Amino acid sequence: MTCLPARTEKKLGLVIDLDTCVGCQACVTACKEWNTGGHMAPLTDIDPYGGHVDGVWFNRVHSYEHTTELGGRTVNFPRSCLHCEQPACVTVCPTGASYKRASDGIVLVDEDKCIGCKLCSWACPYGAREFDTDVGVMKKCTLCVDRIYNDNLAVEDRVPACVAACPTSARHFGDLGDPASAISQLVEERGGVALMPELGYKPTNRYLPPRARSERAAKVDAPALEPIRAEGGFLGWIDRMLSN
Amino acid sequence: MHPAVSVVFFTTATGAGYGLLALLGTLGGLGYIPADFWLGFIGMGLALGLIAAGLLSSTGHLGRPERAWRAFSQWRSSWLSREGVASVATFVPACMFGIGWVFLGRNGSWVAAAGLVAAAGAVVTVCTTGMIYASLKPIAQWHSRYTLPAYLIFAAMTGSVLANALLQGFKLGSTAVLLAALLATLAGWAWKLATWRYNDRLEIPTTPNTATGLVGGTVRSIEWPHTEENYLLKEMGFRIARKHSAKLRRIAQALAFAGPAILLAMVFFLPWPLGAIASVLAAVAQLAGMLVERWLYFAEAKHTVTLYYGRQ
Repeated sequence: MTCLPARTEKKLGLVIDLDTCVGCQACVTACKEWNTGGHMAPLTDIDPYGGHVDGVWFNRVHSYEHTTELGGRTVNFPRSCLHCEQPACVTVCPTGASYKRASDGIVLVDEDKCIGCKLCSWACPYGAREFDTDVGVMKKCTLCVDRIYNDNLAVEDRVPACVAACPTSARHFGDLGDPASAISQLVEERGGVALMPELGYKPTNRYLPPRARSERAAKVDAPALEPIRAEGGFLGWIDRMLSN
Repeated sequence: MHPAVSVVFFTTATGAGYGLLALLGTLGGLGYIPADFWLGFIGMGLALGLIAAGLLSSTGHLGRPERAWRAFSQWRSSWLSREGVASVATFVPACMFGIGWVFLGRNGSWVAAAGLVAAAGAVVTVCTTGMIYASLKPIAQWHSRYTLPAYLIFAAMTGSVLANALLQGFKLGSTAVLLAALLATLAGWAWKLATWRYNDRLEIPTTPNTATGLVGGTVRSIEWPHTEENYLLKEMGFRIARKHSAKLRRIAQALAFAGPAILLAMVFFLPWPLGAIASVLAAVAQLAGMLVERWLYFAEAKHTVTLYYGRQ
């Protein structure tokens, strides 16, 4: 049923630290690797070695230049499903293929019910859903629902593939509905923000803004180099001869 | 938004079909239009044909059309599902009315009731179509108070211009229907101009700053996650040059509003068959113009996901 649960027991989601993300794309490839064999498999690639490469990805990393009066900086920005509390992608679904789980708040697609009308992708402001033209159904991030509850994996591996892969620990996973959880504490401490709050989708995921510039950083330009004086004497004569 | 031919045709054809059905159901059922076999046969055939062709065309847009029946299930939350239910449900009274009015040559009693229920179903279906678009928050040009009335006005406009062409063609021209078609065309024109004016001045609160959560200053895209266009850009990143959009707006206005308005005004003074020819021309020009208008409606709509790709 595409009506939303009144409340969910947990609000599982991701917190992404824009201060430490280096834009290495490890989360992107780890996501693709796991999910092309996972719950929403396959993540089809169209013409992968040709001139017009296309395909389904759940996680894409953009790079932006953020310029303020304090100067400019590069911000790498991973973009994936935010598992919203008010996901219009679910309510617009005419078939019941899209649903939000009452237990943990994860937004999923039942591929056997999807008719591929694409309306959910129009309803998502964040571009989280990508249509698989090969299979004819919509696909999206599952928050690695087939990892996080997977008893066959070691406990430390029961996190989404993108979180497990991140070399700078810029990605965090947990229950954002529990104010005492480590991830909620992190959001509290770092002033984590929701994306496009004005649209009212109430995303679960939070982004930690880049830290303020440190006073310790070099603020002075390096001293200018001294002008080169023409060398006199024997060495100067050799220099002039060799320069000719 | 990418103007998919199937969806552009669907909204234009079903709008005209439901408009015509509502008029025939009301006027025919209540006896204002005589129960003439060929008039009814062509009129109802045109209305139901446009609706059926539009609905079939919209299933061509689906990735898995064989599962389309599932779309009737989620009417409690989804406007698309409600549209599916309403469109199919409307066929029942429409067919009953068609049998009574066209084949049995009757009006009044149960035929009138079926005609009025079919007209109500047509209005409800057009409303659900409008709400599919009006409810999409990421597309500011659609998520506005102009969208739902536009669907209703355009359905009434194309439906009444078709009804007038039909009546004029059968030498049954009615001044009231002709006047209604002319006024609806002028109303449609005014509403479209007001919508364009509103959209051109729209200040969208969603910016690259709110999209990325980066506060203050400017956020400029320096690198995309991919080198080729992906699904998001193909489906929602459609762009149209300002000069092309200005030209297409003029073409749409000439074909959909100005031309038909002039032709319909002439019909008041033209004898048969010239009046009939002008009425049919007005209907054909208007449908062609509405296809251009609907193409622009998609092409000029901007989705918030394009902000992530540095497009504003």
